[in-house]
Amino acid sequence: MLHLVIFIPFLFALIIPLLRTKLSNIHLGWFVLAVPVLLFTYFISFLEKMIQGEKIHSTLNWIPSLDINFVFVIDGLSMLFSLLITGIGSLVVLYSIFYLNKKENLGHFYFYLLLFMGAMLGVVLSDNIFVLYMFWEFTSISSFLLIGFWFHREKSRYGALKSMLITVFGGLALFASFLLMSITTGSTSIREIILNSEAIINSNYFVLILILFLLGAFTKSAQFPFHTWLPDAMEAPTPVSAYLHSATMVKAGIYLVARFFLVFQGEQLFAIIVSVFGIVTLAWGSFMAVRQTDLKGILAFSTISQLGMIMAMLGFGAGYENKVAIVAAVFHIFNHATFKGSLFMVAGIIDHETGTRDIRRLGGLYTFMPITATLAFFGTFSMAGFPLPVFNGFLSKEMFFKAAILDNVLDISILIPILAVIGSIFTFVYSMILFFKPFTGKENMLDRQPHEAPIGLLVSPAILVSFIIIIGLLPNIISEPILAPAVSAINGEIPLINIHFWHGFTNIPIWMSFTVVVIGTLLFRYRDKWTPFYNVFPGRWSAANVYDYLVNNTFTFAKSVTSFFMTGSIRNYLSIILGFLIGTLAVTIYITDGFAVSYDDLAPITWPVAFTGITMVFASIATIFMKNRIAAILVLGVVGYGLSILFVFFKAPDLALTQLIIETVTVALFLLCFYHLPDLTKTKESLSRKTLNIVISLSAGFIVTIIAIASHSFKKFDAISEYFIETSVSLGGGHNIVNVILVDMRGLDTLFEITVLGIAALAIISMIKLRKKEEVDS
Amino acid sequence: MKQFRTNDLILKTTTTIIAFVILAFSIYLFLAGHNAPGGGFIGGLMTAAAIVLLYIAFGIGTMARVFKWSSTTLIAVGLLTAIATGIGSFLFKQPFLSHTFGHFHLPFVGDFELATAMLFDLGVYFTVIGVTMTIILTIADDQNEEKSELG
Repeated sequence: MLHLVIFIPFLFALIIPLLRTKLSNIHLGWFVLAVPVLLFTYFISFLEKMIQGEKIHSTLNWIPSLDINFVFVIDGLSMLFSLLITGIGSLVVLYSIFYLNKKENLGHFYFYLLLFMGAMLGVVLSDNIFVLYMFWEFTSISSFLLIGFWFHREKSRYGALKSMLITVFGGLALFASFLLMSITTGSTSIREIILNSEAIINSNYFVLILILFLLGAFTKSAQFPFHTWLPDAMEAPTPVSAYLHSATMVKAGIYLVARFFLVFQGEQLFAIIVSVFGIVTLAWGSFMAVRQTDLKGILAFSTISQLGMIMAMLGFGAGYENKVAIVAAVFHIFNHATFKGSLFMVAGIIDHETGTRDIRRLGGLYTFMPITATLAFFGTFSMAGFPLPVFNGFLSKEMFFKAAILDNVLDISILIPILAVIGSIFTFVYSMILFFKPFTGKENMLDRQPHEAPIGLLVSPAILVSFIIIIGLLPNIISEPILAPAVSAINGEIPLINIHFWHGFTNIPIWMSFTVVVIGTLLFRYRDKWTPFYNVFPGRWSAANVYDYLVNNTFTFAKSVTSFFMTGSIRNYLSIILGFLIGTLAVTIYITDGFAVSYDDLAPITWPVAFTGITMVFASIATIFMKNRIAAILVLGVVGYGLSILFVFFKAPDLALTQLIIETVTVALFLLCFYHLPDLTKTKESLSRKTLNIVISLSAGFIVTIIAIASHSFKKFDAISEYFIETSVSLGGGHNIVNVILVDMRGLDTLFEITVLGIAALAIISMIKLRKKEEVDS
Repeated sequence: MKQFRTNDLILKTTTTIIAFVILAFSIYLFLAGHNAPGGGFIGGLMTAAAIVLLYIAFGIGTMARVFKWSSTTLIAVGLLTAIATGIGSFLFKQPFLSHTFGHFHLPFVGDFELATAMLFDLGVYFTVIGVTMTIILTIADDQNEEKSELG
């Protein structure tokens, strides 16, 4: 049953084209809406079992021989994410029904969205690491498709490519990490890996496994410095931004860290890396968010910073005696999904009703859009962590402060709370900008008269905002069914969660919150005074610029490398080929100590043989200095005829005859062809080039000579020729052993050699007879 | 070019004699190949040499009238003969290209050895003739065309 549930989105995606053509007058989203709603109710039905601490297993064989199977397990953590995916998925589909025009390519949109939904469910429910990886890449691909949904826009394509490159880079690192994990533990199941975590921690690859694993998690969850793809992913339609880039996909990395928390728990390195990167991302993301002028830009950087905050809490939790951190992380995962989802939808509504998302052009919208403004009010103040009991963001932020104070992973731990406060101050500032800038102040120049959004657009953010308020007021209603099972799934302990709004003045976190609010308000009030600081701040080293630099320079570098050696000059290629030949042979001979000279079994040198040999040497040297082609061919012929004389001396009459005739034919053919070529011209070559040629040719000749001598000296077996000599008459019925070998014993070689000759003849015909007339003329 | 053609009487006369001597020698080389130096390859090359000599002496036009076989057909015939010899061994449930031989007593000749390898060599012989003739005639023909075009 669980399998069917995970594959429902994929199966439904397949019938979308059918629905689109058959029922074109109803918005496609209404049909799609059924899928997440159904799944959501299905997952809700497990809540009871989760409270009792049960797990639901389900297995379907895929590649049993490799131990790769669809093993799905629902526990507290999977449950939390499944509910977020399907719940926010339902709201996003509902929102998109009103957001997207029917003229858009809805079939594509919902196809990609369902693909993403199924993939995301697969990621959070898979127990098998390779299946998890498969779904992980599915989310990257579907996210790529969704970001590039308006593919006719340059910026969409740029953003899609960027997110693809970065997340797939991380995905491959993750895959490598998974491979190492399964090698060291001998298992592909996450639960078994957790049981065998000792094997990973004690293995030599531990640091490599950890770093590759975190690369995967950090790229997906947009941690510093890989956060740069997320702001560019804002070119996607707003429902996609709300769904993928705030609530679900960007939390896949968080999920991964939480899922493998038990493996790395207690490892100092893990705790330090995760908390430092998290806290830096928090501070940097919130700092950069203030600079943005685009509503979705602010939200993108805010998402980065909030993800950093969650990641940091997971890092704190890995230190000892910091139990509150994990609870805070889980709580904030939930809260962030509610307020960020609603804020993205609000941004979409503003865009939809006014035609712009630029905060410099927006203003005074409160009078026109009071409902939207109210929704935005709750979203932004919850995000800022404003200390009022109706904002759930405040509760989790305060738990975050508490966790930051308790943190003991670093020696300089005092920096952690300070950075946390600084990050939160900027979070406060951009949240205020996000609310006050578009909704208050004077009306700015807009192309059209803004008015309240249709009710359908408001339903989804309203539901999310109601969650903000309910959990803000009564945080403990989710603590038992959702938070506690999730926390116990992460660190294996069942916590007692009791979230209070008010801790009294003796608590440090409350003072940190007050500091944030006071300084944040001041900074917001006088932002005109200090925001010019951003202009001074050099943008050169921003992650986006580094990315562009890397991508562009990879192209130029590859291009220059290619054009360096792919010159098109055959002479160069030949130099390279010969160079490698000489190099590999020389190294091989040197390493294996392969050179030896043996004087055994050498034929005596007679005067005629020596004379012929010397003549051939002189002829071949003379060929180099010939200034005329014809003369060069004729002198080369001397070598050929010399060879046939040598065959005579060494008693190979068949070879001598063949060599004689073939040499004649080739010289004749050369003469026929070279008749057309221009005279040899002395090419002026630089001295170094000439020297290089001489060196290459001399060393090639030298190395081949060395090998010939060495191969003579290493005769380890008797030759097979004795057999041929004995059986030539009895088996082949001929006295000419060469001919018997050619036609009888190894007739197959001859068969293909004459085939080669036939093909060569046909090739010559086609080259000469069938070439185009124009080529002849030119 | 034709109007300047010289009358190579001595060449033509000697060619008629020498070409057939070469042809005979090439056939000898081919037939003797199994027991003495020679064989299909050398025999084929030699035959081709004889034909080329005829072409040089009498020109392409005359030869085309006398010699009706196209040289590409010879390649095909040769390859088919060689393959058919190989396939023939299947008839006797032997592996591809198995050969056998036997001695026969013929009148006038006496003890005569026949080997199926000779058939294979015949394929080689035809192919080599065909290939050599094709290459030389194609290139030579092309040069004639070019010359006539230029002239």
